[in-house]
Amino acid sequence: MKNTSLIPVVLVGFLLFYASTDFPEWGDPQSPASSSPVSSHFIAKTGVDTEVPNMVTAVLADYRGFDTMLETVVVFIAGMAVLAILRNFSRKKPVKRGHEVSVEPDLIVTNTVRLVVPVIQIFSFYVLAHGHVSPGGGFQGGVLMGASFILIALSWDLERALTRFPINRCMVVAALGILLYAGIGVLSMALGGEFLDYAELEKVLPVSREMARYHAMLGVEIGVGFTVTAIMFALYANLSSRGRLEGGL
Amino acid sequence: MFEDGLIFLNELFLERLNYVIYVVLLLIGLHAMIAKNNFIKKLIGMSIFQTAIILFYVSIGVKEGATIPIYLPEHDPHGEQAYATGGPEALTVEQVTSYANPLPHVLMLTAIVVGVATLGLALALCQKIYQGYGTVEEDELMAKLEKEDASSRKPKTHPAGKSSSKPEVSSRAKRSGTNSVGKTTAPQAKKSSGARKTKAPVKKATRKSDQKKGDSK
Repeated sequence: MKNTSLIPVVLVGFLLFYASTDFPEWGDPQSPASSSPVSSHFIAKTGVDTEVPNMVTAVLADYRGFDTMLETVVVFIAGMAVLAILRNFSRKKPVKRGHEVSVEPDLIVTNTVRLVVPVIQIFSFYVLAHGHVSPGGGFQGGVLMGASFILIALSWDLERALTRFPINRCMVVAALGILLYAGIGVLSMALGGEFLDYAELEKVLPVSREMARYHAMLGVEIGVGFTVTAIMFALYANLSSRGRLEGGL
Repeated sequence: MFEDGLIFLNELFLERLNYVIYVVLLLIGLHAMIAKNNFIKKLIGMSIFQTAIILFYVSIGVKEGATIPIYLPEHDPHGEQAYATGGPEALTVEQVTSYANPLPHVLMLTAIVVGVATLGLALALCQKIYQGYGTVEEDELMAKLEKEDASSRKPKTHPAGKSSSKPEVSSRAKRSGTNSVGKTTAPQAKKSSGARKTKAPVKKATRKSDQKKGDSK
């Protein structure tokens, strides 16, 4: 059984090794990916079009806005699906297993977390808001923010984290993020452009067309950050407690 | 012949080492997904597979002598240069080659987050399977499913099976009907009504067993 599974692996491996000699060399500036008109356009025109120094953010939130919006929806749907699969509304006390022991949260751990969590959260805001000019953005900031809540749940217990960020609020925040993203798209459509055509927002913002795109990108990233934060924490809360949302790890 | 092979190896391992690494990682992931029996190990394999793809994309975005895809101060749209010339200007072809390709990074950025979300979903399914069957080993799970199917068939005297297609069910019911004829000497006219009757309980039984799968254990 185990040996028969090697046949497709070896076959795929042979084909991929055979094909990789046709791929461009490491770091070749003339490789098809690097010399394609698409990436050249992004590098050359991002500054003119959007005035965003970070090309990755500009491509993520503006040029490929549809893609990012629906990726956020995928994250949201995954969180909803986990909730639907695991959610357990029964009031029965879970059976205690042999390896489970109830210990008070460790003093050193909780005090360290008390110090670290605010720093993580401020750093996540920085990463989110500074995503235009430095590496960062909504996804990274959202993951950091979600990680801070997971850290609280790990060092104390799940209830403590859930009093700060209840699961219902998680879902509201996640939906709010997508609403913010789509709302900016719809607003730009209402102002006479196309869906997610941020340049039209200049009519409501006191800035130029380029800077309207710049600021709309920030709004979109905040929406992504909301959704990712909430879903990361909801995933942890449900998976660690088998859907009961109490006890946890 | 020998020299050709040497050139091939040289090309593969010196100039294209990134592809070798990604292929090896991809094969490890693929093998884990196919051969491993445990669902969690399969998921670990899936993650390794995903990592291989991410590595592939990111390594394609590398450009020799290029910096990260964030504008340097002299090209910054809000920098001194831009103010001096009255706004940012499009980069020339030479300047474009000094920045790495942003597109693979964008694609992988979203892929990582979506990968985490799908992994969470898969883990939730594994947890639910464990709650229902007490195992995440594929062969044990299959054995339990087979057993359950067999036990759901047993209570009925006629061969209920899975009642997939209509003619099959009716023929089976007829067969059971003839059996009952042999035993109780029922009139021939009841055959068809018997066929109709037997169909409904079969469906109910399978549904009940489905519900049990979810609730029991």
